[in-house]
Amino acid sequence: MKVSYYPGCSLHSTGLEYGKSTEEVCQILEIELQELSDWNCCGAGSAHCTDETLAIELATRNLSTAEEAGLDLVIPCAACFQRFKVAEKHIIEKKEPAIDTSYQGKVPVKHLLDFLSEEELIEAIKAKIERPLKGLKAVCYYGCLITRPPDITDAKKYDNPQTMDDLLALLGAETYSWSYKTDCCGGSLMLSRPDIVTELSGKLIQKAEEVGADCLVTACPLCQANLDTKQGMMSKNWGRKVRTPIFYFTELLGLALGSPKADSWLKKHIIDPRELLKSKGLL
Amino acid sequence: MQSESIITPAHDWLVEVNSSSGESVSSCYQCKTCSSGCPVSFAMDILPHQIIHMIRMGLKDEVLKSASIWICASCETCTTRCPNDIDVAKIIDTMRINARKSRVKLGEKRAAIFHNSVLSSIKASGRLYELGMIGMFMMRTSGDLVSNIKSGALLEDIKVGMKLFRHGKLKLIPRVIKRRRDMKKYFKKLKRGEGA
Repeated sequence: MKVSYYPGCSLHSTGLEYGKSTEEVCQILEIELQELSDWNCCGAGSAHCTDETLAIELATRNLSTAEEAGLDLVIPCAACFQRFKVAEKHIIEKKEPAIDTSYQGKVPVKHLLDFLSEEELIEAIKAKIERPLKGLKAVCYYGCLITRPPDITDAKKYDNPQTMDDLLALLGAETYSWSYKTDCCGGSLMLSRPDIVTELSGKLIQKAEEVGADCLVTACPLCQANLDTKQGMMSKNWGRKVRTPIFYFTELLGLALGSPKADSWLKKHIIDPRELLKSKGLL
Repeated sequence: MQSESIITPAHDWLVEVNSSSGESVSSCYQCKTCSSGCPVSFAMDILPHQIIHMIRMGLKDEVLKSASIWICASCETCTTRCPNDIDVAKIIDTMRINARKSRVKLGEKRAAIFHNSVLSSIKASGRLYELGMIGMFMMRTSGDLVSNIKSGALLEDIKVGMKLFRHGKLKLIPRVIKRRRDMKKYFKKLKRGEGA
């Protein structure tokens, strides 16, 4: 199977382990990722609140390249995915302002989590599980933009998504119900209002602890970064040490599929998750 | 003694906002669903449902100067839940664009500076160069340095930053796209102070 791939800026930098584990998982599942040629940043978070035309143009440039390639387009970053879907609907529904482009809205745009949750790939994953994630207690954290707003993302279960829970259960992990699956981590306020991000991300970690999870699993580089990097500040604010591992779902998928490279991603976290995995006999 | 008017409503503003956002602010019945679900309402000076109502009352200056429009995290919860199909997050975006165009004193300057720093980076290389963007943001917000040292936030940021750098997650050299002329074309329409 071959698909077009838009890694986005984060997967080459702060979300490095998301990119590496995505590539590894796809290789194991025999999915060829064809990176969009000369792709540009979609401007997620910043362009849409500055100039609407600019925001649509930045995403459409990539969509146009993908349409020429003629393959389904897979995007691991939730924020990029949502901006691409906004541009897709903008062009298909011929909304104002009009954009000068050859793109016609014909290329299927999929978030990586939804793509890997397609029936055919779930079967492929099932057949290749080598190391079930037995004993791992996790909550799945979807964040905002994989599902919201559903008119744009086409998500069916937007308040209580289930795809990541199903995938992790298939891998042998124990997942918990909690009501914070799609609550906000603070997103791009990371630099401008770190106090707000620490508050929101802190609440997520607290609620995950309350239901008995020992880690959170994400599908967005911004969510992972906020949850992973703000635990020093949380420790300071709460007067106790906070060290909750924050995984990308692809890291756990790669681990379960028996990838020998897992250590090289896991060591890149701010909160090192390897201790937890070792304690469960998973690493 | 002549009484002074404290507030000068701009009644034609509602029409303008409805038209530029493509939304119908007028259909709001003030159920407060947007404000109830807003994860950052605790940090706002005016709540989302109040912003909508103030737009209808023509209180342009008050809305455009508010911190709330910049504190919005664009999580889209309000948009998803509005029973009258108002894209509230888009209204907030429209307010941010409006605030910059009107040249009012921004209620939360740091957020606007952050967006500008991101866009400057994209304009220059076609992709986000995180280290450069962070550097630019810190330079442009250097006035907050003392309070960040006092709160311990700066030290924490440096610790995290060093770790990210050691892990190869903050690159020294920016990645540049081949057809940078496309960026030039897209960014040409922005005026000084309106981003990038």
